[in-house]
Amino acid sequence: MFETILLLILALPLIGFVVTAALGRRLVTDAWVIPVGIVVASWVLSMFVAFTALTGGAPFGPEGFAFTIYRWIPAGAFNVDAGFFVDNLTACLLIVVTTIGMLVHVYSIGYMAHDPGRWRFFAYLNLFMFSMLLLVLASSWLVVFVAWELVGLCSYLLIGFWYRKRSAALASKKAFIVNRVGDVGFALGIMAIFVNTGTLDIRASIAILTGAAPLSVGYGGPGPIPIAVVAVLVFAGAVGKSAQFPLHVWLPDAMEGPTPVSALIHAATMVNAGVYLVARANPIFAHAPSVMVILAAIGIFTALLAASIALTQTDIKRVLAYSTLSQLGYMFAALGVGAWTAAIFHLMSHGFFKGLLFLDSGSVIHAVHDEQDMRRMGGLWRRIPITYWTMLVGAVAIAGIPPLAGFFSKDEILGESFRNGFLWVWAIGFVVAALTAFYMFRLIGMTFWGPSRVDPHVEPRIHESPPTMTVPLILLAIPSALLGLLIGFPPESGLIHRWLEPVFAPAIAAAGREEAPFAAFGIDGLLLLASATIAVVGILVAWRFFGVELFGLRARPRPEAVTAIVTRTGWSRFLYRASLNKWWFDDLNDLLFIRLGGRFAAALWWFDREVVDGTVNAIGSLTRLSGGRLSRVQTGRVQNYALGIAVGLIVMAGSYLLIAGRR
Amino acid sequence: MSDSLDSYLVLSGLLFAIGTFGFLARRNAISMLMSIELMLNAVNLAIVAFGSFIPGLAGGGSVIAIIVMAVAAAEATVGLSIVIAIFRNRHTPLVDEYDAMRR
Repeated sequence: MFETILLLILALPLIGFVVTAALGRRLVTDAWVIPVGIVVASWVLSMFVAFTALTGGAPFGPEGFAFTIYRWIPAGAFNVDAGFFVDNLTACLLIVVTTIGMLVHVYSIGYMAHDPGRWRFFAYLNLFMFSMLLLVLASSWLVVFVAWELVGLCSYLLIGFWYRKRSAALASKKAFIVNRVGDVGFALGIMAIFVNTGTLDIRASIAILTGAAPLSVGYGGPGPIPIAVVAVLVFAGAVGKSAQFPLHVWLPDAMEGPTPVSALIHAATMVNAGVYLVARANPIFAHAPSVMVILAAIGIFTALLAASIALTQTDIKRVLAYSTLSQLGYMFAALGVGAWTAAIFHLMSHGFFKGLLFLDSGSVIHAVHDEQDMRRMGGLWRRIPITYWTMLVGAVAIAGIPPLAGFFSKDEILGESFRNGFLWVWAIGFVVAALTAFYMFRLIGMTFWGPSRVDPHVEPRIHESPPTMTVPLILLAIPSALLGLLIGFPPESGLIHRWLEPVFAPAIAAAGREEAPFAAFGIDGLLLLASATIAVVGILVAWRFFGVELFGLRARPRPEAVTAIVTRTGWSRFLYRASLNKWWFDDLNDLLFIRLGGRFAAALWWFDREVVDGTVNAIGSLTRLSGGRLSRVQTGRVQNYALGIAVGLIVMAGSYLLIAGRR
Repeated sequence: MSDSLDSYLVLSGLLFAIGTFGFLARRNAISMLMSIELMLNAVNLAIVAFGSFIPGLAGGGSVIAIIVMAVAAAEATVGLSIVIAIFRNRHTPLVDEYDAMRR
């Protein structure tokens, strides 16, 4: 039965895509009916599967449930099955992907109501849902890779949805190309896995790689590649898709796409694929401790870098984009320090509250008529109350104020890095927590509080979004607020830990770490308190600079104080400019790859043109020339040919006689 | 009649040479066909001579000669009709005007 249900979960969005794409323009205003209906159906089925799996129901159990539909590629020793695998990790992702996916679909009904390309939008969204579900459900590396590329394609199509806008077209290209860099690593990683194990089944290959199972009989491949290399290659793929340093540059630009896309693909689901991939391959990473350190370093560095950039951005969606980068950095840091469960926990809670924040920002943008610059917002909270309150919930959640979702998940990451001996990860993460609280409340302050700076022409027309948009916001605010209490409380032994324990057992066993019990009144409680305090400090600082209008609290925004701080010393000026210019990474890439790379490419082109083509052309023209000269022999007169024949005969006969006579 | 093979062969060679020269040197297509006939007959003469001087060949030489004559007749027919066809087309019997193969 579950085979059919899982196939349906996958097939429904695909059918939705095909039908919507085929009917196309004929679906004038009702383009959303089929896709949204189908995603809701898919959501219901997914919830059923996730519930059964997480409660350890019949076919799943702690080991998970795998089945094969058919053998996709049978080629001698190379066999790839089209199969699926569901365990508790998959179930957690199913919840995130389908719930947020469904709500974003509903939200899009309102958000895209006036766009003539709606059918295209919904078709792409359905295709994305199919690809993302395939990515989390597939049981073979190759199928995962196919899905990996498919979500990349959907991301490309949806970032460039408004393809007439030059910046959107460029951003979609940038996203696609930067992702390609990581994908090369992932593809090589999959090849390395096959070379090492002779199978592409995820679980079987991991078991062989980590020595838990013998090499399959009859396989005589080349010698094994070190497991650390495999881990680095797989991680390279994750870095690309999850936009970690140094491949983080595509994600902020991806905000050129419609806001529901930013929420679904570039905050809640697709960018988590890298985290999922590393978590899925956890035993491989656990057997390569040096790679884990790289993971932690890149993760926490990205978290700090992105948070520092988010401090000064003025585009509401860009602040959220950098915030996403920063939170993804947290997740990778968590994976790196061996806090596997905390990473997935943060993935889930982040998916909900960041999805919520993005949809809220979309609602704000909608309200002020496509204005994204926060300097031209302000004082919106009375005008769009539902958006305001839900966004406030999201902001408090991401800032890490107890008892909202972000507090529990982020604190678990920090706590585990501290206890696993990664003090530096904890210290940087601690600073980033303060920055996070600060930039979120800067965003809230600039958008909703203080005097209105909205364009006077737009001002009277500000309106709350239609129910199709506000209902998803409210529905997302609930898990953003309660998810932590629900599955993450009490810390270190909540539901999520029980769910994911079997998944990460091999990695934890390989790391050989003693799991100390959570000490509420010891160091752990202290860390918890410290995280909450630093978040409050961040918020208070933001209030001081950007104002507050919450219940009885009133404070005026003080832009002059910001200017004063920024221009006080050379250092602060430098840091401000660095943050504003995103640490010049786009300029660096421009210099390295566009200018220098362009020069190099031009040099290669010159070589190709002059030397390679030159040689070929020389041979060609030589042949032509000699042919032209030789063609004069062909007079076309029979007698000349006959003369040739006669002379030839005489020469042949004569030489024969000569040679024969000499012998 | 000489009784040595060599004299026949020399005659045959001479006739063949004359035929070849005629074929190469004459510009008139009809003359070239006649030259071909001459060459064929030179060969025929050589064949018949071999036939009567070499005992092992017995009557075989004559048979071959008759076949060559039949082929020569057919060749003359075809050759002449080709020449007439070209003549109708180009209005000249001179072969150095026939350079269609070059085009």
